[in-house]
Amino acid sequence: MATDLVKNEGKHIHKPTAVKKETNWTKRVLITVMFLYLSIFLLVPLVYIFVKAFEQGSGVYFAAITNSDALDAIKLTLLVTLITVPLNTVFGIAAAWLITRFQFKGKQLLLSLIELPFAVSPVIAGLVLVLFFGPRGVMGPLFSELGIKILFSTPGIVIATMFVTLPFVARELIPVMQAQGKAEEEAAISLGASGWQMFVRVTLPNIKWGLLYGMILCNARAIGEFGAVSVISGRIRGMTNTMPLHVEILYNEYQFSAAFAVASLMSLLAILTLTIKAWIEWRAEKQQTA
Amino acid sequence: MTIEISNVTKHYGSFEALKDISLNIPKGELVALLGPSGSGKTTLLRMIAGLESIEEGTISFDGSDLTDKHVNQRDVGFVFQHYALFKHMTVFDNIAFGLNVRKKRLRPSKKEIEVKVNELLELVKLSGFAKRYPGQLSGGQRQRVALARALAVEPQMLLLDEPFGALDAKVRKELRSWLRKLHNEINVTSVFVTHDQEEALDVADRIVIMNNGKIEQIGTPSEVYDNPASPFVYDFLGNVNLFHGRLHKGKLNLGYAQFDAPDYLDAMDKNAVGYVRPYQLNIEREKKSVDAIATKVYFIHSIGPKWHIELKREDSDTYVEVELNKAEHAQLDLTVGEVVYVRPKEMKVFIPEDFVI
Repeated sequence: MATDLVKNEGKHIHKPTAVKKETNWTKRVLITVMFLYLSIFLLVPLVYIFVKAFEQGSGVYFAAITNSDALDAIKLTLLVTLITVPLNTVFGIAAAWLITRFQFKGKQLLLSLIELPFAVSPVIAGLVLVLFFGPRGVMGPLFSELGIKILFSTPGIVIATMFVTLPFVARELIPVMQAQGKAEEEAAISLGASGWQMFVRVTLPNIKWGLLYGMILCNARAIGEFGAVSVISGRIRGMTNTMPLHVEILYNEYQFSAAFAVASLMSLLAILTLTIKAWIEWRAEKQQTA
Repeated sequence: MTIEISNVTKHYGSFEALKDISLNIPKGELVALLGPSGSGKTTLLRMIAGLESIEEGTISFDGSDLTDKHVNQRDVGFVFQHYALFKHMTVFDNIAFGLNVRKKRLRPSKKEIEVKVNELLELVKLSGFAKRYPGQLSGGQRQRVALARALAVEPQMLLLDEPFGALDAKVRKELRSWLRKLHNEINVTSVFVTHDQEEALDVADRIVIMNNGKIEQIGTPSEVYDNPASPFVYDFLGNVNLFHGRLHKGKLNLGYAQFDAPDYLDAMDKNAVGYVRPYQLNIEREKKSVDAIATKVYFIHSIGPKWHIELKREDSDTYVEVELNKAEHAQLDLTVGEVVYVRPKEMKVFIPEDFVI
């Protein structure tokens, strides 16, 4: 009996290792392919941006990012981002709350509407806004009578950016809040908390990582948005030019080093965003296992 | 606090979750809402707490109508099925939550809150756990934190939704008797929901048995167990053997056997069912009277000190279950395949209402 058992064990040892080797093999191939793919399409071009930016020396580089047009573009981009991200954060929380905590007709429709900006090309979104707020549009005459300029000015850029970045926070929060359920919130209320106390003390701490993640993505897109903004801004230098638009103008004027210099600045912002995002994911995961 | 529920109705879409429920819960009682899933028991509990709106009817506490009062004004302690502890707070902060969210002039001082929380931790036997997070506790410990948190606000009543549902059998039993003792100590009107009849019989002062959004019976554990008011209650509270037959002038006829049914002396040839619990049956080797049914021993097994005998009726394809104690079993010394007679010591006969068609 004893020898039989040993024999059997000996036979079985071989098989699992063979299977394991196979998965290892697949894993290695996949890892190589993925890294090659991402290097060729992302990493190499990213490095190239910096190489190109410094091609004519650091003097040209700093001149390109400190001249008044560039500074105006940077300022405008930051302003638009500062307005857009908080507004869409509030909207995202409200939408996620509505969808996960209440039962109502048309919920599916609302979900689709929230995701619409993902499906529509930003250029089309920009064109629609131009038609809507233009002199012959539905809202255009009303705003011009009130003396508010929407097209070819900052409000238009903000509206276009808000439209494009609308889904980010809501889409991050909906699954988080769905998984969370409402029991903790009900517990807070039954213990005498007001709606606001419940939100600040119970809901917010539970969704904070998802919320931050959504805000980061929203932020990245708000900085980088090109299509919709390009249509609605009119690209007036020093006035309605955001960073991505500025890069394009410089490029079209054959100022390659300057174009790449501003682009490198945006890339740095993107890398910073990604780092924060990675940190948030790491923190969230750590908290979950704790 | 006395809870009066009168004529409460609730729909979810076209589904009628509660149908005209009226119920009084006297001060200081521990009441179980018992029923299968979908019977409306949790809905009723959530309505008492104010977590669910009321469509028709009223709920009042001590005579004052609370129907439209918001949850955070009702002074109830609610213990949720899966505890719903605040994951990001320590045990201490969880228990202190209800006190910390009070308006400034009603809020106790930091020191007072600390004293109160430590008192409660002592009460639920979790002193030394104040700094832990819910994720670091076992199920039974979490349940006790949830209870301490609900008690911290000194509620007028305690509502518990399936309080032991998610625990393993041994912990459940311990917590059950602990809750009973705790209730005797603090004596706050309590209502708990359960689908476990043993739990309800074991813990509650009174049991409200619900089915399909209606109350089937209200009574003390012994009342509902010994005198079930309906076939549903009979079936739901423990195992039961059914004997289908024809009821005629106070006798239930089942082919060769006949049983007394003194409640139905003027019944004329109706379909009826006799209900007999497994321990209410005797097994005899010979047919001594007309109320014995011939059966064949099919299966014998023991559960602790009890012996369960399964027998197949000779006159039909149905099985009868009999429960014997050790001595009875030893005396009978049954063997599988043997033909014996089962005779009910007691039988309750119901005429099924939905037997028409």
